[in-house]
Amino acid sequence: MMLYWKSSTNLYKAWLSYIALALGLAVLPWLVQAGLGRSWVRILDFALLYSMLALGLNIVVGYAGLLDLGYIAFYAVGAYVYAILDSPQFNLHWPLWATLPLGALLAGVFGVLLGAPTLRLRGDYLAIVTLGFGEIIRIFLNNLNTPFNLTNGPQGISLIDPVQLAGFSFAAPHHELGISLSAPQQYYYLFLAGTLLIIFVAMRLQHSRIGRAWAAIREDELAAAACGIPVRNFKLLAFAMGASFGGLAGGLFAGFQGFVSPESFNLMESVMILCMIVLGGMGNIPGVIFGAVLLTVLPEALRMLGDWQLNHLGRVVVDPGDFRMLLFGLALIIIMLYRPAGLLPSRQHRREWSGKA
Amino acid sequence: MSTLFQQLINGLVLGSVYALIALGYTMVYGILGLINFAHGELAMIGALIALTTIAALSGFALPVPLVVAAGLLAAISVCMVLGYAIERIAYRPLRNAPRLAPLITAIGVSIVLQNVAMLIWGRQYLSFPSILPQGWHALFGARITDIQIAMLATAFVLMFALDALVRRTQLGRAMRATSQSPQLAGLMGIHADRVISLTFIIGSGLAAIGGFMVSAYYGLAHYYMGFLLGLKAFSAAVLGGIGQLRGAMLGGLLLGVIESLGAGYIGILTHGFLGSNYQDVFAFFVLIVVLIVRPSGLLGVQTIDRA
Repeated sequence: MMLYWKSSTNLYKAWLSYIALALGLAVLPWLVQAGLGRSWVRILDFALLYSMLALGLNIVVGYAGLLDLGYIAFYAVGAYVYAILDSPQFNLHWPLWATLPLGALLAGVFGVLLGAPTLRLRGDYLAIVTLGFGEIIRIFLNNLNTPFNLTNGPQGISLIDPVQLAGFSFAAPHHELGISLSAPQQYYYLFLAGTLLIIFVAMRLQHSRIGRAWAAIREDELAAAACGIPVRNFKLLAFAMGASFGGLAGGLFAGFQGFVSPESFNLMESVMILCMIVLGGMGNIPGVIFGAVLLTVLPEALRMLGDWQLNHLGRVVVDPGDFRMLLFGLALIIIMLYRPAGLLPSRQHRREWSGKA
Repeated sequence: MSTLFQQLINGLVLGSVYALIALGYTMVYGILGLINFAHGELAMIGALIALTTIAALSGFALPVPLVVAAGLLAAISVCMVLGYAIERIAYRPLRNAPRLAPLITAIGVSIVLQNVAMLIWGRQYLSFPSILPQGWHALFGARITDIQIAMLATAFVLMFALDALVRRTQLGRAMRATSQSPQLAGLMGIHADRVISLTFIIGSGLAAIGGFMVSAYYGLAHYYMGFLLGLKAFSAAVLGGIGQLRGAMLGGLLLGVIESLGAGYIGILTHGFLGSNYQDVFAFFVLIVVLIVRPSGLLGVQTIDRA
């Protein structure tokens, strides 16, 4: 009896904290817009976009233990599918519910094409093949303006249609019932919904048969195979799934930004997303989101350091932008050496990485 | 016909450089089973150090071979120190960690090297001082320059020297023993950590020479050049059979020729659909095809786990 009562108060408390969290997330863009200005709401949007990307990569790296160093390539595929099908480039204006899934699907197909030959080999090959793929896709995006103009080459595709859902444009501000919503705020709610969807899928996956199979493969591939897990198929599933989440986020990015060019999809972006999940804690959803938000907001805060120099010293002595990637690289090394399970690790990963598994 | 021959010469020259860099990948992989992502960046650092040294010395009216030797020496020593430091700091503490850990530090190291180079040398392309002789010889209707001859000769001498080192000297035997089993090698009185350090040092020296040759050949160096160079050299190592020294040499030469012929003929083969701006893509496709068809490479032994 006592036990029942106790667990029901815990449940009650849990619901209370969920409601508080939901309220906090709902009013966050208003507080940010009032306190820090509209540009910070945009940064918030990017934090959510990167959270989606990091959660997608987390399935590959955190759950299945495969290192994907060209993740941004799938993001690029999704972004370019949206850009080509919703812009003056070919004068196509497909609806969102067609372009987003198509981008995710195509990214997933690329994932399978890339993963199929490499995933039956040791993990190192996957790392370097994805690294190469990330660069190759950029070469293609840069050069596919001849003989017929598919990607518009290095100039990129501009004037992309904003995200539109059932006649509601997310780029135009709305005034309804005495509430006025700015474009970044509307995108915030859209991206929040996307992030929540991915969190839901990721959580369900983690605790499913598939998730347990991934954990087994991650911990000991040979033992997993001996237990009858079709190792290669499950790896391929993780890889394709991560890729399609990347494609989905890419489509949203193209609509949000209104402009895509090959330069947005370089190796540094892949490394940054990897850094988010390594820093936050591989395999742990709150950790990954924490890493994504931290690494999106931190460079913006660093940029203020540059403005401060301009105001107080008259010129920018040390450009913080130049040090951004250096810091990310150092973070990868230091975290791996001293806190390999990340800042907010999951219990299972902490056990694995401390060598007591 | 003469175009074909010209492409072959260019391919072999470039391939010999890939081979030199591929040797570093394959040596480290052979001993540790680790892909050293930072290896391509070492070649880049080597190129930039050599370029800076040569540019600084070229004002003094010294004999050209002396200037080149000084640049090369500076590059090799800096890269050797770096290679040693990288192994010591980023890889050695993680030798018993999960597989993912050294891969992540490896990519971290390569990002750090790239950005340090960017902070020191800037984002722009640096042009190589034009002090090297510009002579050339006619050969079956094609032309081969003095620089190309020097590159081929250097690369082949170094490859034979390394082959002899690994096959005939005490150090080479220690390396081979460590690659088979570090524990058993330890029982035989081999200091495995020292052998691994020396492997990194030798590989880094070769990378420095490779980087220098590439930048002298194209007349350019850039902080981002290590990435594609590393990817190509790695593809060469896989093509030849990773872990196999002679495989890396063969793979490098072959990849250079494939790339050069591919870039030369892709326009004709695809009726102008694709152009030579896709030159950098060939290495990647070679890598994928090898991984599908014969993952152990041309000279590799078929094993289940290594693959």
